[in-house]
Formats: sequence, C-alpha cells, structure tokens
Amino acid sequence: MGPLSSRLFALESRRGWTVFMGLAAVLMVVVPVLNLAVPENSWLHVPTFWVTTLGKFLCFAMLALALDLIWGYAGILSLGHGAFFGLGGYAMGMYLMRQIGERSVYGHPELPDFMVFLNWKELPWYWYGFDSFAFAMLMAMLVPGALAFVFGWLAFRSRITGVYFSIISQAMVFAMMLAFFRNEMGFGGNNGLTDFKDLLGFDLSASTTKVGLYVISALMLGLVYLLCRYVVTSKLGRVLIAVRDAESRVRFLGYSVTRAKLFVFTLSAVLAGIAGALYVPQVGIINPGEFTPAKSIEVAIWVAVGGRGTLFGAAAGAVAVNGAKSLLTGIAPEIWLFFLGALFILVTLLMPRGLVGVVRQWRERRAISKASHSDSHVSA
Amino acid sequence: MSLPDSSPALPEPHHIAPETLLYLDGVSVSFDGFQALNSLSLIIDRGEMRAIIGPNGAGKTTMMDVVTGRTRPDHGEVLFADRIDLTALNETEIANLGIGRKFQKPTVFENLTVFENLSLALKADRRILTVLFSGISVEQTERIEQALETTRLTAQRDRAAGSLSHGQKQWLEIGMLLVQEPDLMLLDEPVAGMTDAETEQTVGLLHEISRTHSLVVVEHDMNFVRDLDCRITVLDEGQVIAEGPMDAIQSDPRVIEVYLGR
Amino acid sequence: MIDRKSRDLSGSRILGTAALGAALLFAAAPVASEPSEADFHAALQALDTKKFQQKAQAIEHLGTLGAPRVLEVLESLAKGRLYVRKDGRIVIAERSGKKYIIQDAISGRPEPEASKKELKKIKVNNRLRRLIRGVTGQLALFSDDPDRRIEAADNLIKNPNPQILPLFRQARDRETDDAVRAKLEVGIAVLELEADDPALRLAATATLAETSDPDIRSLLERRLQTDAEPNLEIRDALNGAIETIDRKLWLFGIAENLLFGISLGSVLLLAAIGLAITFGVMGVINMAHGEMIMLGAYSAFMVQEIFRSVVPPELFGFYLLAALPVAFLVSASMGVLIERGVIRFLYGRPLETLLATWGISLILQQLVRSIFGANNQEVANPEWISGAIEIAGGVTVTLNRLCIILFSLAVVAALAAFIRYSRFGLNMRAVTQNRSMAASMGIRTGQVDALTFALGSGIAGVAGMALSQISNVSPNLGQNFIVDSFMVVVFGGVGSLWGTIVGAFSLGIVNKFLEPVSGAILGKIVVLVFIILFIQMRPRGLFALKGRAAGD
Repeated sequence: MGPLSSRLFALESRRGWTVFMGLAAVLMVVVPVLNLAVPENSWLHVPTFWVTTLGKFLCFAMLALALDLIWGYAGILSLGHGAFFGLGGYAMGMYLMRQIGERSVYGHPELPDFMVFLNWKELPWYWYGFDSFAFAMLMAMLVPGALAFVFGWLAFRSRITGVYFSIISQAMVFAMMLAFFRNEMGFGGNNGLTDFKDLLGFDLSASTTKVGLYVISALMLGLVYLLCRYVVTSKLGRVLIAVRDAESRVRFLGYSVTRAKLFVFTLSAVLAGIAGALYVPQVGIINPGEFTPAKSIEVAIWVAVGGRGTLFGAAAGAVAVNGAKSLLTGIAPEIWLFFLGALFILVTLLMPRGLVGVVRQWRERRAISKASHSDSHVSA
Repeated sequence: MSLPDSSPALPEPHHIAPETLLYLDGVSVSFDGFQALNSLSLIIDRGEMRAIIGPNGAGKTTMMDVVTGRTRPDHGEVLFADRIDLTALNETEIANLGIGRKFQKPTVFENLTVFENLSLALKADRRILTVLFSGISVEQTERIEQALETTRLTAQRDRAAGSLSHGQKQWLEIGMLLVQEPDLMLLDEPVAGMTDAETEQTVGLLHEISRTHSLVVVEHDMNFVRDLDCRITVLDEGQVIAEGPMDAIQSDPRVIEVYLGR
Repeated sequence: MIDRKSRDLSGSRILGTAALGAALLFAAAPVASEPSEADFHAALQALDTKKFQQKAQAIEHLGTLGAPRVLEVLESLAKGRLYVRKDGRIVIAERSGKKYIIQDAISGRPEPEASKKELKKIKVNNRLRRLIRGVTGQLALFSDDPDRRIEAADNLIKNPNPQILPLFRQARDRETDDAVRAKLEVGIAVLELEADDPALRLAATATLAETSDPDIRSLLERRLQTDAEPNLEIRDALNGAIETIDRKLWLFGIAENLLFGISLGSVLLLAAIGLAITFGVMGVINMAHGEMIMLGAYSAFMVQEIFRSVVPPELFGFYLLAALPVAFLVSASMGVLIERGVIRFLYGRPLETLLATWGISLILQQLVRSIFGANNQEVANPEWISGAIEIAGGVTVTLNRLCIILFSLAVVAALAAFIRYSRFGLNMRAVTQNRSMAASMGIRTGQVDALTFALGSGIAGVAGMALSQISNVSPNLGQNFIVDSFMVVVFGGVGSLWGTIVGAFSLGIVNKFLEPVSGAILGKIVVLVFIILFIQMRPRGLFALKGRAAGD
C-alpha cells in the first residue's frame, strides 16, 4: 500500500467508511435497480421522475459541499455561489444547445434558435468549441474557477472578510444575473438555454439516460465528498480552521492566509461548477434565474441545517431542505416561504451546529448518562 | 495608502554592526493624531535577551506590530538580519524570515487540539500546495512531543485548545513559538495571568530559550523583569527614555519620574 | 408621433391652404376680439348644409372668428357632437342614456334635454376633420389658456408654413405672457429664415441661436446643407447659431444627467439611510432592511385607502402627511420585534445575523403577499406633488422626484441632528463606542440597541412611504433595493452618515451618466463591478474611520 492509498483510507473512520459505502450502494445500485428492473406496477418501483428529482438533489448536495468547504471550514460565507453553479450549468447548456443542430425550430445547423431570432449571422467567439463535450466540461470547471480566482484574489488580498465579503459576493452574483438577462450577452437572455435533445448521443428524454445521469451525479457526489474530505483532513484543512478562528494569528505563523483562502475558494467554485453542469441536463434548462441572490443564500441554509463544518451534514442538509421544498410546494406553495424563512431563523438561533450537531449532542449526552449509570451501578 | 518615502533622509545602514539582529531607527507611527511611536530607535543583538518595560500607551505593542508587519510606520527604518527591510514585507513574509510573536492576549486556535496547534506552528514549508499534500514526519512529531514536554502540556495533547486554562494557553503559545524555531522571538506579557510558580517556571524556560534564540520580552511585572536578568529598555510616549541593566534603570531619574511621578 | 402628425397635415394640404388663405385675409382685421354674437350665429348656421364644400368654407369662416367658443364648437364638430335642433339652431349635444344633454353652441348655456328625434347631426368626413384640426391648431394661438397657446405655437413651429407668419405676428403683438411671446418669436424667426430680406434672415438666425431645441438646430443645419442660404454672412451666423445651440444642448444634457443622477441618488439615499444606522452604527447586517422599506410603502397604501373611504376628498391629498408617522411606527415596531426577538441573540455573530434576517425578510414578503396579493398596489401621487416643472431647454423634472430629493435631504438632516443633539443620540453613540463603559455608566444598552434598531427600521419605513410615490408597491419592493442600499453604505464607508450621502449621490450620478453610453442594465452592472473593485482598494469605503479603533 502506497502513501496515497493509506491516506485515502484515513479519510474516514471505520464507521465513516461503512456509512459512506452503504449510502453509495443505496444511491448507486438500489435506486437504479428499483427503477429499471422492478416493474412499474410494483410498490417497490421508483418512478423515473423521482430518480431525476433525487439526481437534482445530489447536485445540490455537491453545491452544498462546495459552500461548506469555504464557509464551514474557512469561515468565508459566499452569497454568490449560485454564480459558479450557474456558470457550470451554462457551459453544459451551451454544449447541449450545440448538439440540437438542425432539430431546432428555425433549423439553423449552427446557431441556436435565440440567435436566429436576434438576427445574428454567426456564432459569437465565446461559443466556439462548445460542440465538443470535453471542451465544454473543461469550461464548466475553468470558467467558475477563473471567476473565483480573480474575485477571490481581489477580495482576499485586500483582506475583505466577514459580512463585507458576503455582501460583495452577493453583488457579484446580482451583476451576473443582470448581465445574463440581457439578450446581447448571447446566452438566450431571459429564457436561457433549453429544449435540449441529447447528450453524447444519448436521448435526454429516455429514462435510461435519466437514470444514467442520476448515477453519474451520485458518483460525482461521492468523489467530490472524498476530495473535500481530503482537503479538510490535510494540514491545509487545519490551516483553514485556524483562519476561520483567528485569521491574523495564522499570518504570524507564516502561512499566507490570502493564498489559503484563494485556493479553497477557487476549488469550491470548480466543484460548484461541476454540480451545475450535472444539474442542467437533468432539469432540462438553465436560465439567469440561477443567478438570483435569493438562490445563493438558500444554499447557505442547506449547509446550516445539516451542520456546517461537517461535510456529511452539508450534503444531507441540501437533500433534506430540498426534499421539504418539493413536499411543501406540492401541498401549498405559499407555506414554503414561511417555512424556509422560519428555517433560517430557527436554525441560526437554536441549532447553530445543525442536525449533525443535534445528533452529536444527543449521543454525547447518552454516553455520559450511560457512564454515570454504570458508575452508580459500581458504587452501589 | 503607500507610506511616505522617507528613505533618502536616512543614512545608509553601513554603520550596522554584524552582530545586530534587529535594527529600528527613527520609527514613528501615529493613529489619528495620536503619536504611538515617536522616532523610536532600538537595536537588538543576535542571541540577546531584552526586556522592554514602560507604562500603558508607551508604544510597546505598537513596536511589536511594526516589527511583525502588522502596522506600517509613517517614518523610519526597520531592518532585520542582513539588512532586510521589514517595512516592505507583510506579516506572513516576516514570520517566514524567522520572527515569531506571542500576543498579549493568548490567541491559540481553540477548535484545534493542542497537538494540531503545535503542528501548525512547526517550522516547515508553508506554501499552500505543500501544506495540502504534506504529511507529518516522525522527526516533526518528536519535535512537537518535546515541546509538549517543555511546556508541560503532554497530558493535554489531544484536548481542544479552547478548553485549556489561561496559563496553559500562554504556555501553548510559547510552545508554538518554540517549534516555530524563529531567530527572534517577541513575547508580549508572557506571564500575565500566571501563578507565581508558573511565572518562575517561565523565567527558567526563557533563560533556556535565550541560549539559542534572540528574545524581546515586553512585561509589566517588575519582579519578573528583574528575574530575567537582562538588558532593559524603558519606553515612554513612543520613545526610549532609558536603556541598561536593572540597577541603572532603577536609579535613572527619568524612569523614576515616569513610573512614580504620576 | 411627430411624423404622423406632419403626414396628416400634408394630407390636408389642399383644404388647409384654403383655410390659411382665409386666415390670412382675416389677419388684417383684429383677430380674437370677441366676435359679435350675430357674426358667430351666421357663421355657425352656415354649417347646416349638405355640401361638404360649403361646410369647409363655413369652417374656415368660423376659424377667422378666433374665440375660445369657436374652438369648442369646431372641436365638437370634429367629434360629431354638433347637432341641428328642430328649431334650426345649432347646438352641442352629448348622449347620455337615451337622452341628449344639450348646450347652446354660441353661449355654452345648458338647454333642456332632447331626444334623438329632435336632433340632426352635422356630419363630417375625414377631410373636414383634417381641415378642422388645421384651423383649431391656429385658433389655439388665441386660446385663453397660456399653456394651450404654447402648445399651439409648438405644433405650428414643428410644421413651419410661411403662410402662418402673419398669424404669428398678430398673436405676438397681442400676447401678454412673456413665455408665450418668446415662443411666438421663435416661430416667427423660423419662418423669417426664409424671408427675402437678408436683414430679417440675420435677425431670425440671432433669435434662433437663443433657443436650445434640437429640432431648430437641425432646421438651421438643413438650411446650410441644402444651400438654401446664399448670403455668406448669414451662413456664418447660422454656423455660429448651431454652435451656440450645441453648447447649450451639451450643457443641458449634463444638467439633465446630473438632475436624474441626483434624483436616483436621493432614492438610493432614502433606501440606504436606515441601513447606515443598523449596519453602519450597530454593525448589524439586516437583510430584512428592504422589507422595512416595503412595510413603509404598504403603510402609505393603507393610509391612502383609509383616507379614500373616511376623509372628504378635498383632504385626500394630505394622506401622505398622515402616512409619514404611520410608516415610521409600523417599521420601527417591526424593527423592535426583530431586534428583541432574533438579533439580540446573535450579536457578535454577523454571518448568522445575516442568515436569520434573511429568513425574516422571506417571511415578511410572504406575509404581505398573502394579505395584499402579489400584484402592484396603486399608491396615488397627491395633487400637490403631481406634475412637472421645466427647468430649462426641455430639462424637466417631475414634482414627485423633486420632492423626494428634498425629502431625502431633510430626513438625513433630521437624523444627523437627532444623533448629534438628543439625549438618545448621545446614549447611542456611547454604546457603539464602548459598550461596557456605557453600561457601567448606567445606560441600559439593551434598550439602546432596540431603539437604535427601531430608529434605523423606522427611517427605512419613511423611505418606503416616499418611494411608494415613484415605485411600484409590491411585496418585492424591498428586494429591489437591498443590494443597492448595501452597496451605498459599503461604498460610502460604514459608520459614516456623510459617506452614505456622498456614496448615494455619486453612485446615482455615475449611473445616470453611464446610462446613455451603455444602456441602463449594463450601466448598473458597470457600477456594481466598479464598487466591487473599489472596495478592494479601499475596503472601508470612501469615508473610512481610521486608526486603531477600526483595526481588526
């Protein structure tokens, strides 16, 4: 066993690995089997719609991991992560648009419908290359990463921290929203990119493709989780926690706080971009709505509900909150916003460590009472 | 926000003796009209232990801020080792040059264990990517264990630093300085909040450290300073008003006026 | 608009020329002295004919009578409201249910109602309507209403016709209003540009150089380009006039941008002042700040509705004055509720405060949406702030905008004075500067916190009341302002009221100067990016508090 594999094994405790593998098996094997192999009339059958919904949630979980990496560990609350998620989504969307080709309404072999509609004669330069899947996926990571690098470099270098960073990151995503709403930007304006047909030749409306995308999302979530886990258990992870708790002290120890933050912020943006790229083919649309500031703030509450500073909590929080959202908006849409608002208030006031914190506390209390119980037993 | 260029007015630092480690000349700092340092000049030699005393607001902490890059001086020269201009560097760069600092209010990383605190301080390559991929070597672990022992924190090794007592946090910070292995250590009130016994131990520890390091200790506690038995610099209103061994300082009329005259 | 008008007029050229000819004949006689009733009657009765040619002549004749009543008669005719009664008299009639309400055409006095059978409509076709429009357009020069006279002159200037010249001169000579006379002089000059006498042309050029109208500028340019002007001296004068007008237009453009910028700045200022207190002074990030503004706007709406149903209509205009304290109190009480219920548990944890207050903002939005619905509510401008005033050369500002500029400054001044001179202001400053010291001096810091937050929220409410006058009142109102107001406070410098003022106005002005160059949305994006970059350079904003206290 090389040092890398031993490092890999050390990412989780024995129990942690058991849970991880168990979840992976359920998500990646059981769910697809229940969808594909179990007949539709069986009560065990999982409808394809549910699979896609779960796939969407897994993308959100990835986004939550990305935010937790920077907020939970380095203490930087970005209210603009929707920008990176959205950019990743647009990169995928651009690839999918190019795949439509002559099947579009206007039937132009190269130009997407909205460009024909705007009377554009040729593809803008920034659309070049997106007919290649590999290039598009590279861009889904590079573009968010580059934006985060530039934005982060400017911010961290001048030591913008705390709420100031939050506010300007919100301004950033707000500016992105305004920009992408403009038709002249060449990303479909208000309507965004949609009407996708196929991905790498697989028909997006086929349920096998949907299940396939779901499985890839689950797989990527697992990999992203392990990558984040690697970062937070490394010495850099401890530097980040130190930055979160006493930033200036870290400087006097000789670590470049600016670079540490910049690294983790850029990494986080790349992960958010991947999540966005996986999200788009599953929902079938990407539009500037992804850049509304409200959506970016919502990510923070996923993380907070699950428990920030714990990767598992962040991912679980994303799935739980979005599950509740689907459920509640189905019952009565107006209730959802009350619920979400209350969630923001109650979690910050009453469960600062989220669900994971509550479980941990409960477990500790039980261990203590057990110990005192056995103590009294001995003394008696 | 660039600092006023005052270098042409200063003499070339050719007069700096080779044994000088830290050289401050004509350093002035003001905050909104309040003159924290007023043309302060100070020289620390290699291997020297120096105590700096002075009443509140004399500029002791500001002096440390200037040396460690936290505060940029309005005027003056701050040179380290081979005439490296510290005023052009930031905190991180200065720390990596080999200047370590212990703060007045102990600041340890409360959510990390004692061991992790020390491992962060450990002298090593601190570039971010190296930090991401590097593990900890047996040698380094030994170095940390040694520091734990020196600071009597071995039993607390895996406890969160936030749960330590005030005195233990002070010791942990000193331990962090030890494993950081700087050429120059700046200690701001290292025995504040310590019991007499702990203070005594600290004196012993500092003496031991001073054999291999240069030390600047800022302190209020006169007994502690006397026990340090080293050269003393007295600051008042941002200036050096006296310098010398304890006996000379105690009989200096200006020092007496500053300390007793009010 | 203008295009269509001119096409209509050219369509009526044939008839119009006849009308103008008539006007010319008549111009020699005193124009708008009240025509004798007999003349009026005779001219009017001439309309009662089946032949359009005769009708046209009658209309032209009526036009020469030049009196306000004639104007009304002709307008009624164009609208098909002129009828012949059984007794042969011509009346103006308007249908009301089955009956017709009648007034005498000449005197305008009401008459007994009549049924349809008793009336015969005087028919007009489109050609006659065009003719009427031409005649009434000129008649309006002699209207009693100066605004109407200006409008008429404007219309005639836009479609210059040499034959109107005597009419213009006539109107000028009897004009008493300076503004209208100036307008008429311009109209005369426009026509005299083509006069045979070079001295007249030169004088006309000089007159036109005084204007600042882009249309006149292009008229002058056209004269140069088409080589219609042979005289070199006058050509020079024309060039000079164009230059003068250009300079003025440029200045007016700047003035206009400045004015709009100040107007936008005052809106930003209003939106941000409350935040300058809660964020700037207390350091509390209140993401529900926008909703405090929204509540203020809805308070104004509620007060308006109450006034509408309870208070006599002539007092309705004062509902805004009543709304001011209501908006303040509603938002301030909500502020106290938020501070005591949530924020006070989160002091020292700004990021958590941010998230919790975001939750509050979601709940408040949804609450308002559930109660009032998601649609925009109509909040009317009271009469005393409706309308617009022209400052110069087409730079107009609507009164409600002007009021908001003044109001925003008044609010800041009142706030500054309150903080500076009141006992509470002193306590507030004491608590923000040194909490424990203030507490040990017997100041109840918790109370001060709550009231400070209430003050900031209340001012946001007042801002909302003011903004209801120019912005849509909907549950999303607050969201439109939240990013902007944070930008203003951060840009200006947190904790500095002065910085907030300068920040708001400079952002407003920069935005308005960018808009013509880049378009509204791109301009906004540029400003946002600029602020983001600016904060990197000066993390503490324009008016930063320096020194140790501001250090980390």
